[in-house]
Amino acid sequence: MTERNSKLVWNVILWIVLLTMPYWMNAVGGYTGLATRVLVLGLAAMSVNFLLGFTGVLSFGHAAYFGLGAYGVGMILKYIAPSTPLGILVGVLVGTLGAAVVGALIVKLRGIYFAMVTIAFGQMFYFIAFRWNTVTGGDDGLNGWRRMPIDLGLGRLDIASSGQTYYYLVLALFALSVGIMALILRSPFGRTLLAIRENERRARFLGIPVERHIWIAFIISAAFASLAGVLYALLNNFVDPRSLHWTLSGNFVIMAVVGGMRSFWGPLIGAAIFVVLQDYVSSYTQNWMFFIGIFFVLIVLFFPRGVLGMIRRRQS
Amino acid sequence: MEHKNKSGAISRRAVLQLATATGLAQLAPPLLIQARGEQSVKLGLDNPLTGTYAATGKNELSGCQLAVEQINAKGGILGRPAELLIEDSTSGDAGTAVQKARKLIDRDKVNFLLGNVNSALSLAMAEVSYEKGVLHVVPGGHTDAVTGTSCHWNVFRVCNTTRMLTNAIAKTLMEKYGKKMYFLTSDYAFGHTLQDGYDANLKQFGGTKLGEDLIPLGTTDFSSYLIKAQATNPDIIVFLMNGDDLLNALKQAVQFGLDKRIHLAGANTELEVLEGLPPEARIGDWVAEWYHVQPNVPHVDEFVAAIKKKTGRVPTARTWFGYVGAWTCALAANGAKSLEAEKMARALQGMKLPPEVGLMPDTPFYREGQNQLIGSLYVGHAQAKGQAGEDDLFHVDTIVHGKDVAGTVEESGCKMTWPKA
Amino acid sequence: MTELILFNVFNGLIVGAFYALMALGLSLIINLTSVINFAHGGFLALGAYIAYELAPYLGFWGALIIAPVLTAVLGLVVERLMIRRLYGRDPLYSLLLTFGLAYVFEDGLRYIWGAQSLPFKVPDWLMRPLSTYLFFLTGYRVFMVVLVAVAVIGLFLILTRTRLGIRIRAGTLDLETVSVLGVNVRILRNLNFGLGIYLAGLAGVLAAGLLGLQPTMGDALIMPSFVAIIVGGLGSLVGTLLGGLLIGVAAGLATVYVPSASEAIIYLMMAVVLLARPRGLLGEEGMNL
Repeated sequence: MTERNSKLVWNVILWIVLLTMPYWMNAVGGYTGLATRVLVLGLAAMSVNFLLGFTGVLSFGHAAYFGLGAYGVGMILKYIAPSTPLGILVGVLVGTLGAAVVGALIVKLRGIYFAMVTIAFGQMFYFIAFRWNTVTGGDDGLNGWRRMPIDLGLGRLDIASSGQTYYYLVLALFALSVGIMALILRSPFGRTLLAIRENERRARFLGIPVERHIWIAFIISAAFASLAGVLYALLNNFVDPRSLHWTLSGNFVIMAVVGGMRSFWGPLIGAAIFVVLQDYVSSYTQNWMFFIGIFFVLIVLFFPRGVLGMIRRRQS
Repeated sequence: MEHKNKSGAISRRAVLQLATATGLAQLAPPLLIQARGEQSVKLGLDNPLTGTYAATGKNELSGCQLAVEQINAKGGILGRPAELLIEDSTSGDAGTAVQKARKLIDRDKVNFLLGNVNSALSLAMAEVSYEKGVLHVVPGGHTDAVTGTSCHWNVFRVCNTTRMLTNAIAKTLMEKYGKKMYFLTSDYAFGHTLQDGYDANLKQFGGTKLGEDLIPLGTTDFSSYLIKAQATNPDIIVFLMNGDDLLNALKQAVQFGLDKRIHLAGANTELEVLEGLPPEARIGDWVAEWYHVQPNVPHVDEFVAAIKKKTGRVPTARTWFGYVGAWTCALAANGAKSLEAEKMARALQGMKLPPEVGLMPDTPFYREGQNQLIGSLYVGHAQAKGQAGEDDLFHVDTIVHGKDVAGTVEESGCKMTWPKA
Repeated sequence: MTELILFNVFNGLIVGAFYALMALGLSLIINLTSVINFAHGGFLALGAYIAYELAPYLGFWGALIIAPVLTAVLGLVVERLMIRRLYGRDPLYSLLLTFGLAYVFEDGLRYIWGAQSLPFKVPDWLMRPLSTYLFFLTGYRVFMVVLVAVAVIGLFLILTRTRLGIRIRAGTLDLETVSVLGVNVRILRNLNFGLGIYLAGLAGVLAAGLLGLQPTMGDALIMPSFVAIIVGGLGSLVGTLLGGLLIGVAAGLATVYVPSASEAIIYLMMAVVLLARPRGLLGEEGMNL
């Protein structure tokens, strides 16, 4: 089988698995909420990877836009109108705008400096969410609201009481995002990003406006991250400042690395492993942190290109 | 070179095989659990077992476990064995706490949800339990909102509200030491509501707040705040914190010799905090929510002995919270003769705890229309070592009746609505 | 008011010295090997717990001397078994590995010693303030500053007077040339890591006297250490020292004016430094991982 065909087969299998999830999830000891969480965090990890694996830029503060999206949708549903679509729109807008502003400021930095300044901004958003407790609920979090059913004209999408329906909505939005991401990466713009990743100096010599490209890539990536944040808030019917904290950003990076940084689907696999493993192990033992830690250590030592990278090597 | 690759590949393969085997082994038990689970009545505990609240979370867990053992020894819940399912909510990640709550309810089909130590997580979990209509007992989350502005018919709370804590001690402090206070407050819901409680008490009894500092949770160095506090020359420095924050702040205050010049006090303290302090720092006036040295209250010694045998240490207030939490579930079901959440919730209205569970001078009861447990509060001072042994680190000066300090249901802001029949 | 400010500045320097100690160990490791040691807080906690175990037998002073050494030994083992394999790879991998290690340490400590905070006994004569006016200058805190000063001087001496130290400094600038010149780079990196961990262990013992002993005690110190390194400048140890002192003072001053921002202010500082002068106060231009 040619590489292209095998890729197609794997893609088809993946989508079949995702589409039929509610039917086999319970049988293996999972539950719908778990699968939704995997999709949402997978999207966030993929958004980080858009920058990390494909542009060569490490953002360690992406939770800031994730959290902005989450607070956006939460505040709309709590204070303004019980409309989920409006909430989703505003959430993504807020996160993307935040990234546009921050990105413009930081785009000249590279490497660890870029990573650290993203942390700095993330923490400042965290602090604001924490202190402005009349609006954001502070450390108590924003609660007392929930996702509302969506009126489609033809019918009603009852995502409020049915976890399954909500899963399919998330899956649809996930598919849309992933599709757009793939299209962008295949476009000339995406190719330019790869060029920047491989050798920034050469790209600059070729006349490519590197800073502008990185800025746009940052905004696109944050748009996906904020969508993920929106969906996360809707999943939990709850937002708290921890959605903005750097440790969450760190988790996204870890998922991307565990799954395979240079691959497109790697972060989703990484998110699946991270979420499912933590869920299973923590049910069986209070010492789950120990086992998860050992797991990370083993992954780094024995599977240096992530899980997907290892699978690919075995194929070739 | 090839040799090296081969051995590398083998070790990788071995690791893969081991991982797959472990993974498959993990999948088997849930299937088994589902088969076995038809029989028992399930209580789901979603509490921190890792992170900063691990110590208190684990103590609540021991209390729950003892309760479940005793419940089963007495015939179980409605004749069926009770089973405790344990999940780690982590100490601060609401997403995980909510996820685990959904897991317990959707996958494991628990009849009762218990948790959380962290007030914010309690509120988040309460939304889930309310949405699913599952009886939810909060053993140790203190924020007023749980049985106040965010109260729900299905959510019950064991520990005191922050308002009850401040009402119990504020007046005594002012009478004993003076009316000028400086506050060091943890900057989160618990601290804020404690501050509100003190503010109200100061207003009522003519005290003065010289200043207040909102300190981020997890601060380890309180020196600059203590400097500020002492500069205002207060009668009392009031610590509105819990856990490690309280521990570090007190330790440093004593190191600075502030306890020699100014009185140190606060709202509640816990045995977990006192045990972590060096003996010279076990000082100050506090409220305890339950204490293991109560010579005049029947059954307390039995409880202490049972916990000591089970865990090797004496029970703390947290252990008692967990104990009461699990017992509440059994009492609710046996009282309502049903496992339907609404019937059980109605059975709990006004319900008094039996003496072997109450373990307090006043008989604790769940107040109607608010679902808040009201019992006794123990006002006293910390001591390096008491007469009752190595663990006797708190001396009870007065017992305050919960009824006297609980305010009214209106004041709590709770407007409870029941599901339409 | 001025007194308040002065007190807080003074106190901030004391707190900053502690941050600096933590950050110096981290900086040593980053400078030579580009390894971002997320488990540094875990090593701190380990040092504290080891001291707790040793104190009944060796007293406070014995524990203070021995515990960091034992922690450093564990550091050497960790470097040899795990970190060594990551040199030459993207620093992200060392980040992930040490992140996993941090989990293992925290849970391991909790498993062995329990989640309950443990009391650590410090000699009584250290626990008193030196004067009632300058009450925040307790013997212990002064002792801590003195110890940090001694450690810094010791580090400086090692780096300038011993062969190991000179090789480390050379390696920071150009490891390849150092290797070509016949130095065993493996042992160099190993010992450098051990030295960094020694400082973490020392910080741990000091912390045990100030704070409660519990498995998560190192968590809150990781980020401030990174901030100190960035503010002071990557690649410069003096910069790291300065960075630590600066953030200590900044946090202290913040508590006077905006107490709840005392944690956020270090991030604001880091953002300002990175946007205005990325190489930090004393860092070298073009320094990167």
